[in-house]
Amino acid sequence: MSPRLRAILLRLVQAIPVVIGVVVISFVLTRALPGDPAVYFAGAAADEESIAQIRTSMGLDKPLPIQFLQYVADLLQGDFGQSVYSGQPVAEDLANRLPASLELTLTALILSCAIAIPIGVLAAKNPGSFVDQLCRILVTAGVSLPTFFTGILLIYVFYYLLGLAPSPLGRLDFLYIEPDNVTGFYLIDALIAGDWETWFASLKQLILPAITLALFTLAPIARMTRAAMLSALSSDFIRTARAAGLSDHKVTYGYAFRNALLPIITTLGMVFSFSLGANVLVEKVFAWPGIGSYAVEALVVSDYAAVQGFVLAMALLFVTLNLVIDLTYSVIDPRIGFDTK
Amino acid sequence: MSGGALGVASLPFLKVLPAQAASGDVIVAVTGQTINSLDLHRKGTNRASYQVAVNCYDRLVSFGTKEAPGGGLSYDYTKIEPELAESWSVSDDGLKLTFKIKPDATFWDGTKVTAADVKWSFDRAVSVGGFPSVQMKAGGLVKPEQFEAIDDETFVITLEKASKLTLPDLAVPVPIVINSKVAKAHATEKDPWATEYLHKTAAGSGAFKVLKWNPGEQLVYERNDNWVGGPLPAIKRVIVREVPNPSTRRALIEKGDVQLSFNIPNKDAKELAEKLDVYSTPIENCMHCVGLNNTFEPFQDSNVRKAVAYSIPYEEIFQTAAYGRGARLWGGPDTIDSIEWPRKSPYFTDLDKAKELMAQSGFADGFSVPFSISLGLADWMEPTALLIQENLEKIGISTEIEKIPGANWRTAALVEKKLPLHLENFGGWLNTPDYYFFWAYKKGHLFNSSNYMNPEIESLVDTTLHMPMDDPQYAPKIMRMFEIAFEDLPRIPLWQPALNVAANGAKDYEFWFHRQLDIRPLKGA
Amino acid sequence: MTVFSGNTDPGADNTSNSITHILYIMKENPVTLIAFALFGFYVLSALFGQQLVPYDPLASDSENVLQPPSLQHWFGTDPLGRDVFSRVISATRLDLLIAVSAVAISFVVGSFLGSVAGYWGGKLDIILSRTLDTIMAFPIFVLAMGIVAALGNTVENIVYATAIINVPFYARLVRAEVNIRRNAGFVQSAKLSGNSDIRILALHIFPNTLPPMMVQISLNLGWAILNAAGLSFIGLGVRPPTPEWGIMVAEGANFIVSGEWWLAVFPGLWLMLAVFTFNLLGDGLRDMVDPRQRT
Repeated sequence: MSPRLRAILLRLVQAIPVVIGVVVISFVLTRALPGDPAVYFAGAAADEESIAQIRTSMGLDKPLPIQFLQYVADLLQGDFGQSVYSGQPVAEDLANRLPASLELTLTALILSCAIAIPIGVLAAKNPGSFVDQLCRILVTAGVSLPTFFTGILLIYVFYYLLGLAPSPLGRLDFLYIEPDNVTGFYLIDALIAGDWETWFASLKQLILPAITLALFTLAPIARMTRAAMLSALSSDFIRTARAAGLSDHKVTYGYAFRNALLPIITTLGMVFSFSLGANVLVEKVFAWPGIGSYAVEALVVSDYAAVQGFVLAMALLFVTLNLVIDLTYSVIDPRIGFDTK
Repeated sequence: MSGGALGVASLPFLKVLPAQAASGDVIVAVTGQTINSLDLHRKGTNRASYQVAVNCYDRLVSFGTKEAPGGGLSYDYTKIEPELAESWSVSDDGLKLTFKIKPDATFWDGTKVTAADVKWSFDRAVSVGGFPSVQMKAGGLVKPEQFEAIDDETFVITLEKASKLTLPDLAVPVPIVINSKVAKAHATEKDPWATEYLHKTAAGSGAFKVLKWNPGEQLVYERNDNWVGGPLPAIKRVIVREVPNPSTRRALIEKGDVQLSFNIPNKDAKELAEKLDVYSTPIENCMHCVGLNNTFEPFQDSNVRKAVAYSIPYEEIFQTAAYGRGARLWGGPDTIDSIEWPRKSPYFTDLDKAKELMAQSGFADGFSVPFSISLGLADWMEPTALLIQENLEKIGISTEIEKIPGANWRTAALVEKKLPLHLENFGGWLNTPDYYFFWAYKKGHLFNSSNYMNPEIESLVDTTLHMPMDDPQYAPKIMRMFEIAFEDLPRIPLWQPALNVAANGAKDYEFWFHRQLDIRPLKGA
Repeated sequence: MTVFSGNTDPGADNTSNSITHILYIMKENPVTLIAFALFGFYVLSALFGQQLVPYDPLASDSENVLQPPSLQHWFGTDPLGRDVFSRVISATRLDLLIAVSAVAISFVVGSFLGSVAGYWGGKLDIILSRTLDTIMAFPIFVLAMGIVAALGNTVENIVYATAIINVPFYARLVRAEVNIRRNAGFVQSAKLSGNSDIRILALHIFPNTLPPMMVQISLNLGWAILNAAGLSFIGLGVRPPTPEWGIMVAEGANFIVSGEWWLAVFPGLWLMLAVFTFNLLGDGLRDMVDPRQRT
């Protein structure tokens, strides 16, 4: 077994207790939620008898440890349970909704990087200058706004007042039909189908929520870029490179930026998982059919299976993400081995 | 995975639709609620899903149509009309109802609607338990033995006790007729009523078919051109989109991007009424009220209850929480002269009188009490509670407002009935006062959130519940019930809420007691 | 704040040095100066705002509902006729209180856990690290929502939820800082001179972690306010009628489309400015405590 493969396996093994912890905590958390889901789902005019029937059919009449074992046993078979709120199997719900959230988050991150990284580099090249200060204020202002407020403000201005944006109705205007499902990402699926009209339509729907989310993620990325570039630019090898007469452009982007990339990627990983959480609010404002809005609704009605499924999916995503980041490190900087962590 | 059972991708949807929308063949409606099942009988099916039962399935009978008090149309409780049944007759003792099914009625798959289908569907409704069975019971329909298919077109119901509620109860969304052949083909030993199948696939004879259902996003209805249950709908396709944010819904209807916005907030109803068609129909047999729990000691004191009733700033609440939509339920006459319900209580805002009553009570020094409201209904409960809180403070009752999340609200307010001071809003589907009292004033019944118990009310409700409304004894007994209710005050009526619907390019909206969108009468504007 | 309190024992020299340093940074960095000024403003309105506002923030006035901003009502009135300006200003105390107490709790708990794990290491460290990993594997906002939903929406529970989701950040930071110093020369010498582990940890190692922690605290104060606002938007915030920025924005947001923009915009602006202040403050503090990042 190659050392790298072993290291990857070791990382995977390390993730196991985290996943177990998540399963336990999410179970306990959902059971601690107030209210009796059986009563809620028994409907408007249910009597005691029908509530008891619902309770039995949901398996809630059994003692907690048994419920937990049942839950774990189902999980091991890949069964996430049935969401009572949406009426669908949780696994199906998540499979339908996860791509929506990921597409939004990734678009926002790409947008954010496209703005924040140049800003950060620019600021680092002229520290203390007017540009630096301005960037700092703008970026900080972005992260200081509550996302739901930004979202509603954008809808008001760009949809309601100016009429520039399409109606904020989820991923696709109802005039269009979603592209055949391949990846679940409408932008990619529409491309595969070669349907430019749908592609543009879904891009238009994406713009406002992506901007809302991107505004929120600008700050950490820009800050980290600035800091990393500063320390890279002040390091010895850059001085050497400059002394050797290399062009400013080459020094900045060829050497300093490459070296600054590592901490930026670490930050990106953090920001990604962070914004998946912040998604919850943005999705609610834009009627985005992602897992965030799903989790909120499920939580409010104490839909145990849905909340647990959501949390578990997010945790698995998080663990995978960390693994990917670790792997990316070693691609960017082969000196870094896993055991240094 | 594209949700719907039909070959969605094969439909020429994209290019054709804008043209259709322009010609008025398509209506897009938005709602804040989520449809979570296509099967009303299934456990866990929520209220918003009842619209599928209304639009995609037929009942034996339906209600007529009348002009609604707030403008627009409304169902008419007093008129029972045929839907799947061509005609019906009731035996002299009222115990046997015989229905003749329309001979040309067919399900969507072309097969004939038979009495056997009706029997299977009714058996299902009384057997699956939960809400459907409870609702069937209200009409005296409790077990499969009561239903009998004589031949393909003759269906008989046998009752144990004649009731004025039976026929109306057959017109509510619950006793729908399902295509039993299709359902049985998908039934299993564990799931004899095919709930798993019907949950995702509708199989009915109704005016609209489900073309596509994306849970949490939209439901697309398509007209059934062979419908015989009533006049063929004018609209070919209706898209119901779920938009959780009320501001977004308002922007959409205001700009005309959608033709109908269902159940809009009172404030929007008031403001949009100047620009669009807004229907605000007072909901029959429904009222918003303050619940005073009998288990809370100070509320056992009649003076305290009356003091609370006199301290409430009714008009301010009606203006700020209801924006004047609905009907006022205070400041009525002292004597009861009709069986109209909901009706104005004899109370009104009079802080001096309230203080006087408090001084006479056993709690002259005041007390403090939590004031509970539901998070899900915060749009009207919160301003109402805040205004009441302010005035209660003035008569020495200090309150702390407690917002309870949806899942816990039903448990705390209705099942455990443990909230001392709270807001409540029961509405009865069947529009008779005795039906309201049955649910909200009888001991132990679900909507009696105040733990109220009065032996006279108990017996009055029991005797009037199945009594025909033209019985000479009926009116005096009902009026006596009102008298006691206003004297004992377990619930203080505030106002009768309205169901608000805004239309921008659609007309002939009709209000229904079930408070779901009936798309069948809609027309493009 | 440690930066200001300095160290009085070795004489005024040290203190005046750090003050000069701070003044230098302020001059260099006018934004930080503005941040400090804003911070002062928020502290003042938290302390005296409730006494100074023109109206009772809870009193409704049915004659004057939804009035746009005017001379009588600078920020307009809400659907119950309450004065938005008075509510925004009176809310400062509660919002800062939530933020400060949440951050204080996570600071104390995080520092304790981090120090212990970093200093003694071993099994304790492994268990703690895995537990923190587990908490961090949750999407933090959803975890906060779950906690508040489970415990009930009171101010205390919002504080606890915000504290819990932030503990891992502090614990990790402290753990790392303690870990790299536990075998440093000054620790060894302190050990040799007979100091107990706890004493060494508390008096010699832990103070070293404070500068980076100050930055974290300042940033976190902003997050804590946003977090509470987000919870309010979902409906899990502070109880009415208590004024709180997040609730006011969340409720006001429903009025933007109908034209009553002042309901959401002013509290939103105040909220934003507060978070903004804490963020800039964090930046400024970073410049002060970490000269390496300065040029």
